[in-house]
Amino acid sequence: MDFWSLIGIWVAAFLTLSIYSVLYRDNPFYRFAEHLFVGVSVGYGIVLSVYQGLVPFALKPLWETVTTGAPEGFIKLIPICIGLLFFARLSPRHTWLIRYPIAILIGYGSGIAIPNVLRANIFEQTRGTIAPFAEIAAGTLSGWGVVEAILMVAGVICTLTYFFFSVEHRGPVKWLSKVGIAFLMIGFGSAFGNTVMGRVALLIQRVDFLLGDWLRIIS
Amino acid sequence: MPNIDRRIVFILVALAVIIPMLLSVNLPVSVSEPTQKFYDYVEALPAGSTIMIAFDYGPSSLAELNPMAKALLKQCFDRDIRVIAITLVVDAPTLANALIQEVAAEKEAVEGEDYVFLGFRPGPVQVILGMGIDIASVYDTDYNGTAISEIPMMQNITNYDQIDLLVDFASSDTIESWIIYANDRYNQQIAAGVTGVIIAQMFPYLQTGQLVGLLSGILGAAEYENLVGAPAKGMQWINVESFVHLLIVILVIIGNITYFIYRTREG
Repeated sequence: MDFWSLIGIWVAAFLTLSIYSVLYRDNPFYRFAEHLFVGVSVGYGIVLSVYQGLVPFALKPLWETVTTGAPEGFIKLIPICIGLLFFARLSPRHTWLIRYPIAILIGYGSGIAIPNVLRANIFEQTRGTIAPFAEIAAGTLSGWGVVEAILMVAGVICTLTYFFFSVEHRGPVKWLSKVGIAFLMIGFGSAFGNTVMGRVALLIQRVDFLLGDWLRIIS
Repeated sequence: MPNIDRRIVFILVALAVIIPMLLSVNLPVSVSEPTQKFYDYVEALPAGSTIMIAFDYGPSSLAELNPMAKALLKQCFDRDIRVIAITLVVDAPTLANALIQEVAAEKEAVEGEDYVFLGFRPGPVQVILGMGIDIASVYDTDYNGTAISEIPMMQNITNYDQIDLLVDFASSDTIESWIIYANDRYNQQIAAGVTGVIIAQMFPYLQTGQLVGLLSGILGAAEYENLVGAPAKGMQWINVESFVHLLIVILVIIGNITYFIYRTREG
């Protein structure tokens, strides 16, 4: 192992222990590691965004246009100038100019998102909810598959009923919404259990690093 | 008991991690249906196929997603499946590049012929949509600065039409962007490996077929390593994870029993 890799492992071990030290109580080592992490993350993000975003998409084509003099290249100036209007925010007199790039972004974003999101998240999910019943009718789904299909539809109807506020929740509507709450609770429980699994995995990875790469107790 | 110092719980969790790790405990790992579907889809691809892998995670999700990405890369290189790697996350390129280089060196894969890492471009939706028309319009060079027109394996690849499967290893909502814009708009087949935090919201996409396979957190990584026949960190860590889960279940039961006892006494 080379010298710089060794230094890297010791720095990583120090920062890992510094972060975990907050479990005992707040302390300067934790705050140092936390601020360092935030600073490095932001700095790294800015540099990468400049070199992999601004340079290839704006500066490089603009420079090529200037050096070659190709008139069609100047069309790039339009989006670049619209983007530059975001900086109008820095001047109180010209702040109003920021409305144009924001309006374009919202218009473009909505136009792209609405039809695709509707198709992928509403129509496809509705189809997915009722499609198993076509399989039941065709005789290709049986046993637990039928139970799952009925549970899924029941879950969707009951949960949607809970969020249906145009009718007072009394009588059958009340009981449907109560069943909907039960489905929601099961969903939240599942999400929480998976979150615990994810968080524990992060701890295991750091302990593996400390015991393996740093202390070399495990291989 | 209600006033127990929470640091005692931290120590118990630390011991539940350290002791099984030192003892190298091995528990059996079964394979769930979503993981099996993922594996079967990749196995069914003929040699010479192309997979695009999106490394959409940063250091904070590395523990769960790196092992599954590593197992998939090994499977691809073993089966002569070409890999185009990209990322939509700004803090991912260095980690993704290091992982690809590590597996490529192990499997003697050749850069530019067996795999290429295109790096990061900002604006996830624009990148996904742009690649549906022409990948070169978004990535004119790879991560090392080599022009995409000079990379041998990219010669016959223009857009998603030449990509047999897109795999997103994700810790955030990038997977939904891939489904909404690449799957729905360009009919690109997608599989995903995601962190435990977002797994619950991914199952509806699996049920509708918008995802052809799904790996869930460190468990999915262990299952995939098992299928690929390359046991590594995923299999090691899921064993340790089981002990911590057992401890958490015991603590939850003790906590609830204690709560009801105290409530009964006070009531």
